[in-house]
Amino acid sequence: MTKIDLDKIITKIDSKIPEGALADKWTNYKDHQKLVNPSNKRRLDVIVVGTGLGGASAAASMAEMGFNVLNFCIQDSPRRAHSIAAQGGINAAKNYPNDGDSVYRLFYDTIKGGDYRSREANVYRLAEVSNSIIDQCVAQGVPFAREYGGLLANRSFGGAQVSRTFYARGQTGQQLLLGAYSALSRQIGLGTVKMYNRHEMVDLVKIDGRARGVIMRNLITGELERYSAHAVVLATGGYVNTFFLSTNAMTSNGSALWQCYKKGAYFANPCMVQIHPTCIPVHGDYQSKLTLMSESLRNDGRIWVPKKLEDAKALQAGTLKGKDIPEEDRDYYLERRYPAFGNLVPRDVASRAAKERCDAGYGVNNTGLAVFLDFNEAIDRLGKQTVKDRYGNLFDMYEEINNENPYETPMMIYPALHYAMGGLWVDYELSTSVPGLFAIGECNFSDHGANRLGASALMQGLADGYFVLPYTIQNYLADQIQVPRFSTDLPEFKEAENGIKERIKTLMSIKGKESVDTIHKNLGHLMWNFVGMARDEKGLQEVIGKLKDLKKEFWSNVFIPGEANDLNIELEKALRLADFLEIGELMAHDALDRAESCGGHFRSEHKTEEGEALRHDDQFMYVSCWEHQGDNKDPKLNKEALNYEFVVPQTRNYKK
Amino acid sequence: MDKEINIKLKVWRQKGPKVKGQFETYSLDKVNQGTSFLEMLDILNEKLIGESKDPIVFDHDCREGICGMCSLYINGEAHGPGTGTTTCQLYIRRFNDGDTITIEPWRSAGFPVIRDLMVDRSAYDKIIQAGGFVSIGTGGVPDANATPIEREDSEMAMDAAACIGCGACAATCKNGSAMLFVSAKVSQLALLPQGKVEAARRAKAMVSKMDELGFGNCTNTRACEMECPKNISISNIARLNREFISAKCKD
Repeated sequence: MTKIDLDKIITKIDSKIPEGALADKWTNYKDHQKLVNPSNKRRLDVIVVGTGLGGASAAASMAEMGFNVLNFCIQDSPRRAHSIAAQGGINAAKNYPNDGDSVYRLFYDTIKGGDYRSREANVYRLAEVSNSIIDQCVAQGVPFAREYGGLLANRSFGGAQVSRTFYARGQTGQQLLLGAYSALSRQIGLGTVKMYNRHEMVDLVKIDGRARGVIMRNLITGELERYSAHAVVLATGGYVNTFFLSTNAMTSNGSALWQCYKKGAYFANPCMVQIHPTCIPVHGDYQSKLTLMSESLRNDGRIWVPKKLEDAKALQAGTLKGKDIPEEDRDYYLERRYPAFGNLVPRDVASRAAKERCDAGYGVNNTGLAVFLDFNEAIDRLGKQTVKDRYGNLFDMYEEINNENPYETPMMIYPALHYAMGGLWVDYELSTSVPGLFAIGECNFSDHGANRLGASALMQGLADGYFVLPYTIQNYLADQIQVPRFSTDLPEFKEAENGIKERIKTLMSIKGKESVDTIHKNLGHLMWNFVGMARDEKGLQEVIGKLKDLKKEFWSNVFIPGEANDLNIELEKALRLADFLEIGELMAHDALDRAESCGGHFRSEHKTEEGEALRHDDQFMYVSCWEHQGDNKDPKLNKEALNYEFVVPQTRNYKK
Repeated sequence: MDKEINIKLKVWRQKGPKVKGQFETYSLDKVNQGTSFLEMLDILNEKLIGESKDPIVFDHDCREGICGMCSLYINGEAHGPGTGTTTCQLYIRRFNDGDTITIEPWRSAGFPVIRDLMVDRSAYDKIIQAGGFVSIGTGGVPDANATPIEREDSEMAMDAAACIGCGACAATCKNGSAMLFVSAKVSQLALLPQGKVEAARRAKAMVSKMDELGFGNCTNTRACEMECPKNISISNIARLNREFISAKCKD
């Protein structure tokens, strides 16, 4: 297809990219955007749903500016949002190590890492504000790792050839989140943020086409509560718990995002989810979640499987141990296939390579679905103490779960669902297609394209919350200063509340035979087998039917004990699962439409002779923007063209 | 190798904060020792749901020991046997065939029970809101490398900052004191030049909020340190006391 043909299939979607050279766009935007003066800020209310890196930093920053903020979290405290579990680090283009880094290079690596399916202007802005994030966090008292000279330490991460990752041991997400939480707590104490813990969003309220409020379910009382505001910001994270097993927390869900989709917000690139290469392998049917081992382990750990199939068989049977296999019989397949990046190839590449070896029969545990991550060489080179200093807490965690000492026996790892690059479509201002509804952090789609590089999620969450949204939201709110506060007695609120009341009533009255988790596990199996690491046309068509059947099964046979207007953990899970079932179907639709392989989306029919992902830029250089058309109707696909003005998209090559 | 074992569970059930609670006993057969403690409770809950009974309510989220949500008192110990682990990082291989395991919520005046094993820990948030921060806004801060920080100080700050706010310290303390929690935040920030500026104000504000919320005093029994899943040291309490006394002397 030629360029002109591509233009024909593209719907005109305005992403509001500012004019000018790449490096000037954000400055130009800030110079010309509308602002709200201090006395008017006090009259404007903003709802922020979620308290992760995006939500907490946005709520705190907007409150500091003078807006009234209503902030909601699903856990018992804003400090527990799942950003806290991020281990490895946060990227920034500081170039402190003097190894050639720059804003442009961070931008370029991120665009390339995303397999050329993200917007140039957004990604450039992300790289540009990355440095401010580090400054901000240090000023808050975030104890980043330091060198003996007292300056900040950096380490390398997948997909980069420079060391630009700042870290706080193996718990960087925790420290960054606690920094944002402290800023948020200060505002709560000052009364500028009203904080609601243990609340879950159950619907978005629109008035005259604009987002004006939310319906929340109080998870302690089970009551539905109404809240109004001039704008709503969604910061609710990703939806990969669709797969049941993932590295996400138990309450991480896609429901808020899905409610907004049903109210008219586009869902962009739903099929683009990330499968992280270094997780602890699945060990039983009762398993509730998967544990991530930080990607930073790949800095010093070497990934391998046996060269000989008989050795693999013996490992699977438990008659041989990894440490007993001699060096010459080990296949360090990432170093073999990708000499330039070796064990530090991006996540999508590392995950697929592990799957390829295991599918070929070389898996190293009893299920045949694991590869080794070996620190033997690192211990010889650096000494046990240095390895312990760098990764001690991760090694301890591994030993607690697997009952094996990774200092002596190589770790076993396997890919697992980890992150959603897809999410609500947003323009340059982080506004969704519903006016007044903004989406930040993982729940938007904007910066990672088809694959996210390690240490970029923390960067994006904080960039959106501290340095982007507090500016761009003013461009919207400046027009709202004459708009008085909305009463929650308006019919729009009543209607939304009645809708969710009916939905809960229906769910409670099914009284079937299957538990929520049983059906969720079935959904997970379908997703993993058909919409997982490798997808194909036939499988995707098949799974859409199977997902529809499973949805019917859910709505006719789920069993929820207890009462609706009460603390009810099964009802909470059922409401989330009802949405996961539909999200899964949309993911399959999107994966089916995108007949190419790019980043985390791998279509088996579209690969190079060497088995690498094969993009079709002539046909798919677009963001898939799915538009809800009503229940039981197929969604409509709109396409936002991705025009690369500054970078020439290339086939990603991590070999040389 | 992990085996399958049979266990009995004595679980605290309590409908609400003002309702009297009691222990209920359940049996679970053939639990693989590779199962995590919370997965074992999931299995029990699935069984209860299958019998149309209300599942046991307990707090949990990340299930990898960092969010601080899980909070079970197991066989008389916060987060159960083992050191340096949260409840979600506890595995059934710590238990033997035929064991009876007693599971209770945090028991502390500062943490009222909401239902079963779930408690209200919002008091900890309130203490942080009183002063557990550096009073700066977003933007306008110096370059991150403008102020070198001694690596040792930075590492000690990180040791203290590792606190996950789970509440095991106060739940373990015979006085119901939250000093370990408060001191961890005070220490982290007092050790860093960025936090030093308002260290005195912070120590006073946080201690006063802690007292107001009904937490007890510290008598240096060190029980909190023993049970802390993140091995936060009570030397932080000594540092808090120093900060607090020097702040009071200045008044």
